[in-house]
Amino acid sequence: MSTTTDVRGPAVTVPAEAAPPKPKRRRPKGWWLPFLLLAPAIIFELLIHVVPMLTGIWISFLQLTKFYIANWGEAPFVGLKNYAVALDFSGSVGQGLLKSFFVTVGFTILVVGLSWVLGMAAAVALQERFRGRAFFRTLFLVPYALPLYAGIITWKFMFQKDTGAINHFLFDNLGLPGDKPFWLIGGNAFWSIVIVAIWRLWPFAFLMLMAGLQSVPSEVYEASAVDGAKPFRQWRSITLPMLRPVNAVLLLVMFLWTFNDFNTPYVLFGSTAQPAAGDLISFHIYNASFLTWNFGSGAAMSVLLLLFLLIVTGAYLLVVNRRNRNA
Amino acid sequence: MRKRAIVAAAVAAAVSLVVAGCSSSGSGGSASGSTITYWASNQGTSLDNDKQVLTPVLDEFTKQTGVKVKLEVIGWNDLQTRIQTAVTSGQGPDVLNIGNTWAASLQATGAFLPYDDANMKAIGGSDKFVPTALKTGGAEGKPVTSVPLYGLAYGLYYNKKMFSDAGIQPPTNWEELVTDAKKLTNGTTYGFSLAAGSYTENVHFAFINASQNGGEWFDSKGNPTFTSTANVQGIKRYLDLMQTDKVVNTSNAQYDNGVQAVNDFATGKVGMILSQNNADASIVSNGMKSDQYGVVPFPAPAGAKQIATFPAGINLSIFKNTKNKDAALKFVKYMTSEDTQSKLAKPYATLPVLDGVKPTFTDNAEEAATFQKIYNDMSKPLPLVPAEDQFENTVGKAMNDMFAKIATGSTVSESDIKSAMQSAQDQVKQSLGG
Repeated sequence: MSTTTDVRGPAVTVPAEAAPPKPKRRRPKGWWLPFLLLAPAIIFELLIHVVPMLTGIWISFLQLTKFYIANWGEAPFVGLKNYAVALDFSGSVGQGLLKSFFVTVGFTILVVGLSWVLGMAAAVALQERFRGRAFFRTLFLVPYALPLYAGIITWKFMFQKDTGAINHFLFDNLGLPGDKPFWLIGGNAFWSIVIVAIWRLWPFAFLMLMAGLQSVPSEVYEASAVDGAKPFRQWRSITLPMLRPVNAVLLLVMFLWTFNDFNTPYVLFGSTAQPAAGDLISFHIYNASFLTWNFGSGAAMSVLLLLFLLIVTGAYLLVVNRRNRNA
Repeated sequence: MRKRAIVAAAVAAAVSLVVAGCSSSGSGGSASGSTITYWASNQGTSLDNDKQVLTPVLDEFTKQTGVKVKLEVIGWNDLQTRIQTAVTSGQGPDVLNIGNTWAASLQATGAFLPYDDANMKAIGGSDKFVPTALKTGGAEGKPVTSVPLYGLAYGLYYNKKMFSDAGIQPPTNWEELVTDAKKLTNGTTYGFSLAAGSYTENVHFAFINASQNGGEWFDSKGNPTFTSTANVQGIKRYLDLMQTDKVVNTSNAQYDNGVQAVNDFATGKVGMILSQNNADASIVSNGMKSDQYGVVPFPAPAGAKQIATFPAGINLSIFKNTKNKDAALKFVKYMTSEDTQSKLAKPYATLPVLDGVKPTFTDNAEEAATFQKIYNDMSKPLPLVPAEDQFENTVGKAMNDMFAKIATGSTVSESDIKSAMQSAQDQVKQSLGG
């Protein structure tokens, strides 16, 4: 993330006329064009993001249950009650939310960390020119190009206990001892969802880091090689620092996507059978809303999630920017 | 100013694009020549099979009335969410199938058309329905918002050949059921198959087993009482088929619909299943003939209450905000007419919901009589309270989790069940504003 370059937008420059003393402001020709071009973006941003978000915040103060769902206007205002229930960690609703939060934290750390490592390794490996480089670059991007649903459904089939490819490979082909385990229920569900999420996410890290590496001049490597630097030292002292701006954005984006991941658990486990070990927070909130038609409670949990993510993002940007300034 | 006008026009165009995307497509008009949307639930062997069964019936309706019907068949795991979304957005079908156990809950949303005197008359009067079936249409004391379409009941299906090979008789109480199931369980076959990953099936048997113990799930004020000892022990008895009796393959924990268990039964992998009478269609399509299996009531433990089912089934509702009310009422009348009912009774293997009609879903007279007896004499209705669907969702999901625990090698004790029920009860209470 660049902080030193201050890119000025297409600012409206007032032509230096012969300075008429009258304060009457004359607008330059075509002054409205930037506004016109921005208008669709702003309108859609308001409609698609801001309005639903404000509606969600409003709902979190209502007791919006099925008795009022056909007519929202009549739902009673309950103030902070929905928040109090969600944050009462001695009650079962709050306890469930807290558990789901910890599962999601573990999930996010593993998925973002491993995706980054894999993406970095692949990007560095493919930095050198060699025959077949284009093939590998394309191959690695396949999971990212596949439609989400198709990819995850395939994993769901592979993770089946009796008929799935994974158990077949491990136990029938490799001959591991013992019984075939369940992958989609019980404790293993956590590892299944971590694997699928990494499979989904790492090509993105690879793509971003590969693009970042293009901007590192090869002369730097050559000079360091002359000085006797080995590849790992080059990576640590040249590649990493040069990629800092890319990494700063990449990690943040991956964190937000992973923490909010809804599609992976929804498709992998189905809408009604998510196991406790794979109870990611977005999905937990969905269930809290739809299992009992309690949309006020679900909205309150969503707002809490939003606040948490805002705080983490804010703190992260603060730290990263300060480091950049000191660097 | 001309430029301002251009800007305004551009903004207006952008807004109208968005609004057009949101607005609904339906239009009003008189019954004849209009089109209604119908959501059917999955009653046949697959969603495609449902389309094949229903299409000629709906074409006949179009021929009679000039009203076109747009059909969508929806699987059981999605139906409830789809209905919730439709209620919330106000963008639903005109007519839809609901699980009759949801009737009181959906009635409470106020989104469905009450069959008051005039509407009831328009569909042929309340007298034409079996009273037990019509009672499932909504909470007591209010005009129902759904009318019965198909009648269903649970029965215990057993494989006659496997039973005679093992030298056993169909069970008449729970203890015999477990003994029989153990005799049928060896390395390759199991005594039982359960849809242990299906929240609807699971909650039904939580209810039936608890009811045999005298358990109640709601008090007279409609507040949940999930944690009573009778309920906990009833659930334990059902879970123990997999946990301690080991007569159910642990793989069943991933069976998220009843058809998977039925297929195991029809292909001779298991000796018994618990299923509603509509299983007949799937059994026969798997190659098992109707004289190769028998049906007895799901047995209670010796000395317990003889409850084997609840009056299950599918009801028909009309969305209140339909723009085709007349056409929708005509459609409900047509679907609940004796003629249509007799056409659908066989492919869907349903019990009659019309008064005075004999069951025709099977050629097996003994099976028909057994199901009729279970439905009429051994059934207890699920609670007709607004929170019923939440009971199904929360308790059903808790049951899924407990079966998953057992299948992956953990133990579920009575106190585990009690705390799971406490958690389900807390969620329901919160949504009731408690």
